[in-house]
Amino acid sequence: MKYILMMNGTKAQFSEYAKWSKKDMEANVAFMRTFGKQLKDEGVFVATEGLGWPDQAKLVRAGKDGAPITDGVFPESKEFLAGYWIVDVESPEQAYKIAARASAAPGPGGAPGNFLIEVRQVLGSHSDLGL
Amino acid sequence: MKYILLMSSTKAGVDSYVAWSKKDIDAHMAVLKSINKELTESGDFVGTEGLARPDQAIVVRGQRAGMPITDGIFPEAKEFLLGYWIVDVKTPERAYEIASRISVAPGPGGVPTNMPIEVRQIVSLSAKSQ
Amino acid sequence: MTTQSSELPIEHLLRELTPQVLGLVVRRFRDFAAAEDAVQEASIAAALQWPREGLPENPRAWLTQVAHRRMADHIRSESARRRRENEAAIEKEQLAPPAEAACGLDQNDTLILLFMCCHPALTPASAIALTLRAVGGLTTAEIAHAFLVPEATMAQRISRAKQSIQDSGIPFEMPTSEERAQRLGAVLHVLYLIFNEGYTSSSGRDLRRADLSKEAMRLTRIVHHLQPADTEVAGLLALMLLTDARRLARTSVAGELIPLAQQDRALWDRQQIAEGVGLLSTTLPKGSVGPYQLQAAISAVHDEASRAEDTDWPQILALYELLRRMSDNPMVALNHAIATAMVHGATKGLELLDALKDDARVGEHHRLDAVRAHLLELAGDLEGAVRHYRAAAAKTANLPERNYLLTHAARLLG
Repeated sequence: MKYILMMNGTKAQFSEYAKWSKKDMEANVAFMRTFGKQLKDEGVFVATEGLGWPDQAKLVRAGKDGAPITDGVFPESKEFLAGYWIVDVESPEQAYKIAARASAAPGPGGAPGNFLIEVRQVLGSHSDLGL
Repeated sequence: MKYILLMSSTKAGVDSYVAWSKKDIDAHMAVLKSINKELTESGDFVGTEGLARPDQAIVVRGQRAGMPITDGIFPEAKEFLLGYWIVDVKTPERAYEIASRISVAPGPGGVPTNMPIEVRQIVSLSAKSQ
Repeated sequence: MTTQSSELPIEHLLRELTPQVLGLVVRRFRDFAAAEDAVQEASIAAALQWPREGLPENPRAWLTQVAHRRMADHIRSESARRRRENEAAIEKEQLAPPAEAACGLDQNDTLILLFMCCHPALTPASAIALTLRAVGGLTTAEIAHAFLVPEATMAQRISRAKQSIQDSGIPFEMPTSEERAQRLGAVLHVLYLIFNEGYTSSSGRDLRRADLSKEAMRLTRIVHHLQPADTEVAGLLALMLLTDARRLARTSVAGELIPLAQQDRALWDRQQIAEGVGLLSTTLPKGSVGPYQLQAAISAVHDEASRAEDTDWPQILALYELLRRMSDNPMVALNHAIATAMVHGATKGLELLDALKDDARVGEHHRLDAVRAHLLELAGDLEGAVRHYRAAAAKTANLPERNYLLTHAARLLG
């Protein structure tokens, strides 16, 4: 079963992150690298990506003539996807355990960041014959 | 340059989608399928995924006594990710163009949904790709 | 034995021989993980050399010899860490030319290999990956593609599974007669899971996944050949044949799911149905009936009806009643409810579903909503049916199924 583990943040939270000390940022990046490697070693890794910052985000709709209308204005409360992992595991509980590990990534001062990780199942074409 | 194109919706938005007519669902799916096919042929396509159960999403924050702390309550206004496309293109304009094609896919009565598609650049953690 | 149409003769030969060679090497050296690596290397060497130089006179002996040499290299580098006085003795013994094992022993080794790879200590995903690799002879890349994970992840999964086997000290021998039933059950379950993985994939970009069903059937045939008296093995093979026979009718050209009642039965594989039915007719009378045989029998009743309306539902209901006594599986209960509705009316079927609402295993499962929706539709409650089809669509993680549920609901409203 494939699950996506998503780390989100508001613009304000991203700005907070930008104020971390260099040491704290490096610790967080190092954690992410190690975490990804652990997932690979455990045989559950499918994919991971980090996304560009919200100030670069664009919202796109099609205009009257079909040409894209792009817009960079979002509500203050909007949660932006910062990055995600996709894992292939045997149960949702296993996915939550992995999410808890991601949640413990180091934050300011090196303490566990207690980040909120949203967990969703990824759609596939597998189903159970139910036998 | 890799971009991720995000399609999100509130719970209410999803509830209304499931009530579309068969013709409208089929038409919408057909357009998305043909976009995927074109992107594959043009070499821009990297991947696409759909996500399940927005009403049953779980958030995890830390753990207590070895068990993850989970929660399933979200504000009504929360936007849930429904799915995404990852494209590898030469310019951001091409990414916006693809996003607008997705946005203009037909909804009820064949009218374009005009869903806003969020476009974000994907950054690598390391110099070489994953 | 069916041949994969895209396979070259050498590939086909290697896939048949490598599990046998692996059995021989593991039996001799008792190091499963290293043996698997050695046989892999021998197989690669064969794939490169044989097309150029022609097939050796005894391909299996050729592979075994190369694998043995690799094992000797491995042991030599390992024994550099061991005490000096043991080295010479070990090398002398291991480098002796391998004795050619009797044919019957080789076949048994494949079965022992299956028992090892499907050991209950492994998680299902690990057992599946290891079985496809060590017994099926699929490459890591092929298995990774089939399960839509990166190749490196699958390689690691297989590596860890091999290490678990090694660490658990499972001996390379047949399970004891007390354990045999449980261990064989574990093997059949893994083979069933592989079949399921292949069968429930739609066509198109998932064609490679469809090969998994063929692989599961091939491996089940081998087990059946080696254990001809075991009725549940025969039952599982029959079930796979009878289910796979419907494959082409199951999805439309556009990749949409078509339920059993609406399938074009002209697309069913009559030869496979005949084989499955034949297998059942020799197996059932043996009297040792189990869940796989019963599921196969139910499939046979469906497959033998020339039109959906000719389906012998009373017989299916009787079979589900028997199955419910043997199996606690809530999915069986759901299917039993459908069969009940077809024989005694939708209301009776719906009553049975109410009993399942509080079952933790299935209460929130999309199939409960889907079956309820189907029965409400039969009962004429279209609004209720639509509500539950949509609820099921929201819960399923299967994309083609979600589309089917939504479009079916939409169609009901006209």
